[in-house]
Amino acid sequence: MHTVVLTKGVPDFREGQVSFDEDGHLERGKTPTVMNPNDKHALRAAFQTRVRNGGHVSLMSMGPPGYQEVLQEGMRDVYADDLYLLSDREMGAADTWATAMTVATGIENLETQPDLVFAGFKTADGETGHTGPQTAYCLDWPMVTHVVSLDIDEEAGLLRAKRLVDGDVTEIETVEAPMPCFVVADPEFEPTYRKASHRLEHKQLREETQERAEDYEDVLTVWDHEDLNLDPDYIGLDGSPTIVAGVDPIPKAPSEREATVVDGDDPSSLEPVLDELTPFAAGD
Amino acid sequence: MTDHERYEAVVVGCGPGGAAAAANLARNGVETLVLERGVDAGSKNVSGGLIYAEESAPYTIDGLFPDFREEASERPVTENYIHNVAGDKVKTFDIGDLHHHDTAWADSVLRRRMDSWLARRVHELTRETGGGLLTEVHVTGLLREKGEIVGVTCEELDPIEADIVVAADGVNSELARDAGLMDWEDPDEWFQGVKAVAEMDPDVVDERFDIDEDEGEAHLFSGDLFDGVRGGGFLYTNEASLSIGTVFHLDSIAEERAEPQELLDSLLTHPLMAQWLGDDYHEVEYSAKLVPDSKKAALTAPHQDRLVVVGDAAGQMQAQGPIIKGMNHAVTAGALAAEAFADARSRGDPHRAGEFYEKKLHDEGVMDKLRPTSYRAVGKIGELGPIDGVANAVAESAVGRFGVRAAEGLVERAYNSPTLVSMIPDTKLPYVTLPTILGEELGERVTDENHVQPPELDDRIGDLTYDVGDPHIELVDNSFEASGTAVTACPVSAKDFGGGCYRDEMVQTNGHEEHLVSLDTQPCVECGTCAVVADTDWEHPAGGKGVEFEQG
Repeated sequence: MHTVVLTKGVPDFREGQVSFDEDGHLERGKTPTVMNPNDKHALRAAFQTRVRNGGHVSLMSMGPPGYQEVLQEGMRDVYADDLYLLSDREMGAADTWATAMTVATGIENLETQPDLVFAGFKTADGETGHTGPQTAYCLDWPMVTHVVSLDIDEEAGLLRAKRLVDGDVTEIETVEAPMPCFVVADPEFEPTYRKASHRLEHKQLREETQERAEDYEDVLTVWDHEDLNLDPDYIGLDGSPTIVAGVDPIPKAPSEREATVVDGDDPSSLEPVLDELTPFAAGD
Repeated sequence: MTDHERYEAVVVGCGPGGAAAAANLARNGVETLVLERGVDAGSKNVSGGLIYAEESAPYTIDGLFPDFREEASERPVTENYIHNVAGDKVKTFDIGDLHHHDTAWADSVLRRRMDSWLARRVHELTRETGGGLLTEVHVTGLLREKGEIVGVTCEELDPIEADIVVAADGVNSELARDAGLMDWEDPDEWFQGVKAVAEMDPDVVDERFDIDEDEGEAHLFSGDLFDGVRGGGFLYTNEASLSIGTVFHLDSIAEERAEPQELLDSLLTHPLMAQWLGDDYHEVEYSAKLVPDSKKAALTAPHQDRLVVVGDAAGQMQAQGPIIKGMNHAVTAGALAAEAFADARSRGDPHRAGEFYEKKLHDEGVMDKLRPTSYRAVGKIGELGPIDGVANAVAESAVGRFGVRAAEGLVERAYNSPTLVSMIPDTKLPYVTLPTILGEELGERVTDENHVQPPELDDRIGDLTYDVGDPHIELVDNSFEASGTAVTACPVSAKDFGGGCYRDEMVQTNGHEEHLVSLDTQPCVECGTCAVVADTDWEHPAGGKGVEFEQG
C-alpha cells in the first residue's frame, strides 16, 4: 500500500505568529511558514492507512527550498516514510493548474506508483480548493472529496469512504471507489483505531517518525524541472493561465461601540456606570 | 465470537500492581497487553505515599524494575515519628523500630513520576512479547462467553480476548465489581485520604528536617486535632516537596459529616507544623483517594474464571497500626499472579491461574499480612460497643492517665510492636482518645506560630487539570436522606459551596418542600467516595478524560 500526501507551506495565520503592515498587507518576511493546517488531516488519513494496512507514506510538496522544513514538520507531527520536494525557479509563481501539472508529474515520477493520493481541503492562503482536484484530473484518477472516515479493502482493490455531501456535516454518504484513487480529506476527518494492535503500531510508528524527522535530509528527495522532464513553458508563471487583475484589501470593520475603562477598585468611578444603568433597571 | 482480537494476557491499569504483573508476565514470555485509562500512567493515581520493600516479600519493586529507586522514587525514609496531639501539647514517639521491622527499604514517592517511569519500562518489556502498553483506554467491563469471563470490553477499542485478565484497575475497580467480587456498600471497609503537595526547595527540605539529600522523614499525627473523626495525618519528605495528608475511616467521615479538606487544613495550620512549613507554604496539588481496609475488604479468593485481581482492586492495603502499606502488596500480588499464570500455562492449563494465585498469596504470607489472625481474634472484639465504651472510660479515668504516665516507655514500645499494632481495633480509643491523653499527660507545649493559609477549596479545584468529558457518575437517588452525605464527604464538595461536585438545596414542589442533592461531575477527582456514601451509578470517565494529577 503506497500513499502520497500533498502539502503546501502557508503563512502561520495564528495570532501572535502572523504579521501585517499598516495597510493590512501580510508581511511575508516576518510571518513564519508552516504546513497548511488542513493538510494535516490528509496526512492523518494516510497515516491511518499506514497503521491499518501497512505500506509506505510519501509526503510531497512543491515550493522553495525552505519548504523542506514544512515537510519535516509533517513527518514529526504526524507521519511520513519519505519526503519529496519539487523545487526550482522555473516552478515559481505557479497558479493551481501549473502546480497540479507539476505535482502530477512528480507523482508519476515515483519509483512505485501509489494506490492513494491524499490532499487537504484548501490551503489557508489561497483557499481555492483547486489544486487537489486538478491534480486528480491530470492523473486521470477517480476522486472522492470531503472524506470524514476511510476503510481500505485491499483484496478487492477498493476504498470505502464516508463523505460529507456538499461539505455539510448534516448529510453523510458512504461511497466506494476503485484504487488508485485521489482522496480529499475533510477537516472533520477522524482516524479510527478500534484494535489494540493498531494503537500499538500507531504508537511505535509515531516514535519512529519523530526520530526520523531529526535527520529528515536522509529521506528527502529534491527534484527540479529537469528531473521531471518538464517543459518550463508549461509550469511556473509561464504555465499559469490565471490572471490576477487586482487585489482589494478587506477594509477593517469599524468598531460599533465605544469602550470606557472603569477602575473596579475605585467606588466613585462606578457612579457614572450606575447612572447609565438605572434607566434600564427601571425598564425605560 | 472468534473474530475478537486476542492476547495471551491483558493487564488493566499500570500502577505498581499492574506494572509488576506485566513485567513478570513479559519475563515469562507471555504476550501481554497493558491498558491504562490515564493520558499517562500515574495521571489518575494518588498515594500518601511511601512504598515499602519488605524483607519477607517474594517480590519488591526494585527487584522487578532495577534502577527504580534512583529513577522513580523521591527520598528514602530514614526516620519515622508519631506525634500525639492534645491542643497545643504534643508527645512524640520514635516509631523507627516499627518502620524498620521487616523493611529492606522504604521510599517516599509521587505517583505521576513513579508510574510514568514504570510504564515506560513496562512498554519496553511487553513490546518484546508482541504486546505493549496503551494509554487513554478505558476498560469498561468483562467480556463473557456462555457466562464465563474470557476477556475485557473497552470504551475506545473492540472487545479483547485473553487467557488471563489481570485487574489492577485500582480501588474503584470496575472489573472486580463487574465480577461481583467487590461492591460499594460498606463505608467501614474504606478509608478516605486527602493530600496536599507543597513545593519546597531541596536545600530547604534538608535544612528544616535536618537531613542530608539522601535522607527523608515520615511524620504521623493523631489526637484531638481532627474533631474526633477516626484517623490521622502524615507528612513525608520528597526530593523537592512535602506530601501532607490525612486519612480517616470513611464511616467516621460520614457519621460526623466531616469536611475532609477542613481536616487537612487543621493539620496544615497546627503549630507543630510551623517548623517544617515555614512562612512560604505553596501548595501545588490537592488530591484524594479511597483506601481499602484489607482487614475487612481484602478478597480471600481474588479471582474468577480467567480474571485475577491485584492491589487496591482486591482490597490489598494493609494498615499496620499507623503505617500504611499498599503499593508493596500490590507489587507482590501482581508478580505472583503473573507467576501463577506461567505455572498454569506450563502445566497446559492456563485457566487455572486464579486458583494458583490464591494459593501463592497464602503460601507467601501475603494474606496473613492483609487479614491478620491476631486482628480477627482480638481487634474485632474491641469494636463491639460496650467494650469500646469501657476501654474509653478506663483510658480517660485517673487510673488510665496514671498508667500512661507511669508506663511511657511501655507505650512507645507498644507502638513499635508489629503484632500489637495489627490488633488495633477501629475505634476512637487508638485514634483519638489514647493519643489525646498521651499528648495531655506527657506532651510538651508547642509555642511556634503557624502562618500557613491553606488555599480555599475553589482554588484547589481550579489548580487541578481536567479534560472534561461526559458525566461519568449518575445520581440514582437525589434525596438528601440517600445521598446528602456526599455533600460533606466528597473532598471537592462542601456545605454552602457552589463550585464542587455535590450540593444540596431545598426545592418547593406541589406545596411541600423537598431536601434534594444535585451533582456536577466536572470537578470530580475520581476518588469513589460518593459511590459508597451516596446512591450513584459510578463509572470511570472515558480514556484520557477527567482529572489529570501531575504529582499524585
